[in-house]
Amino acid sequence: MHELSIAVNIVEMIEDNAEKEKALNVDIFEIDVGTLSGVVIDALEFALEEAVKDSVCSKAVWKINKIEAKAKCRRCGHIYSVDDYFSPCPKCREFGKEILQGKEIQLKSITIE
Amino acid sequence: MCDNCGCGQPGENVTFRKPGENKEHTHSHGGVTHSHTHGDHDHDHSGSREIVIEQNILQKNDLLAERNRGYFEAKKIFAVNLVSSPGSGKTSLLEKTIRILKDKCSFYIIEGDQQTMLDANRIEKAGAPVIQINTGAGCHLDADMINKAVKSLEVKDNSILLIENVGNLVCPAMFDLGESQRVVIVSVTEGEDKPIKYPDMFQSSDICVINKTDLLPYVDFDVEKFKEYACQVNPDLKFFELSAKTEEGMEQWNRWLQERD
Ligand SMILES: Nc1nc2c(ncn2[C@@H]2O[C@H](COP(=O)(O)OP(=O)(O)OP(=O)(O)O)[C@@H](O)[C@H]2O)c(=O)[nH]1
Ligand SMILES: [Mg+2]
Ligand SMILES: [Zn+2]
Repeated sequence: MHELSIAVNIVEMIEDNAEKEKALNVDIFEIDVGTLSGVVIDALEFALEEAVKDSVCSKAVWKINKIEAKAKCRRCGHIYSVDDYFSPCPKCREFGKEILQGKEIQLKSITIE
Repeated sequence: MCDNCGCGQPGENVTFRKPGENKEHTHSHGGVTHSHTHGDHDHDHSGSREIVIEQNILQKNDLLAERNRGYFEAKKIFAVNLVSSPGSGKTSLLEKTIRILKDKCSFYIIEGDQQTMLDANRIEKAGAPVIQINTGAGCHLDADMINKAVKSLEVKDNSILLIENVGNLVCPAMFDLGESQRVVIVSVTEGEDKPIKYPDMFQSSDICVINKTDLLPYVDFDVEKFKEYACQVNPDLKFFELSAKTEEGMEQWNRWLQERD
């Protein structure tokens, strides 16, 4: 359940930014979660329900964008979509790959008043 | 889970304690307080503005981990993060390693468990300075805990710092501690499909120790199949096969620790 620590980190990050902007309330926040980030989106939703309570974003609605992972084949350089670490390159069957995107968990934006 | 309401939020206190010490060094996470009323979501959104942030959520941990890493490099401390599911033999491997090498290397140990001093007491008996971190509800160690534990242990230059993470094949994968090397331990009783069931841990590790090889005659564990799965997830993974019980195969592991490659 590291989603809990993640949710708490998200709320702290929102509070820091909201304070910087002197916001009274956060209405919306948006998070990008890569499909290889190790975060289970359902578990994160559940954890956020708790983590936002009594915070500046207690009434906010949130949007979680799922970022599809992309990898570059280590042998032939082919760029392809991946759902996991253990699928081979569709062109040359090599397993070695560099993950180009899909590992990220980031706070994308907040909408404040 | 949160002690108060069972909501699953990390508990308040993480404790640090050395064997024989009565006083706990507590440290509370400046966290979120709880309430169980749900706010209603409909209100006027006029006059609001959007601010683009694009910050990595684990940035705080990652920055602290980099700070630890710099500290370890400067002091030539070889820091190893040992991860595995509960009971794979992390503490057993550490005990044996210390007993065999303690005259040649200087070891410091950080033990991470949710509860109890049991593992720290075992390590102390084996003969190395140790500090126990009890994470309470937490399912992993983080860079901040390591920073505090290292200060309390007063780790000397040129030593080997072995960190036993909380037994859990999922969460510790995401939390960089600033270690030089990450070692995932699997015992042959766990089944050879672990690398593809828990790919994050195998993907993020440098070394894989296959432990309890003394039990191979009694279990259906295909070592080659296991390695094949593991290499699909991480082609750079390096393997050691050993038994912490009989010490068979431990020479290679011991050599690796001494040579620090
Ligand atoms: N047969 C055999 N048993 C082992 C070996 N290594 C460890 N064990 C046993 O496995 C059990 C768990 O070992 P530990 O060293 O406590 O495992 P751990 O990974 O530290 O466990 P946690 O800290 O609870 O996650 C103990 O009963 C050990 O005696 C081995 O090489 N062979
Ligand atoms: Mg242990
Ligand atoms: Zn290819």
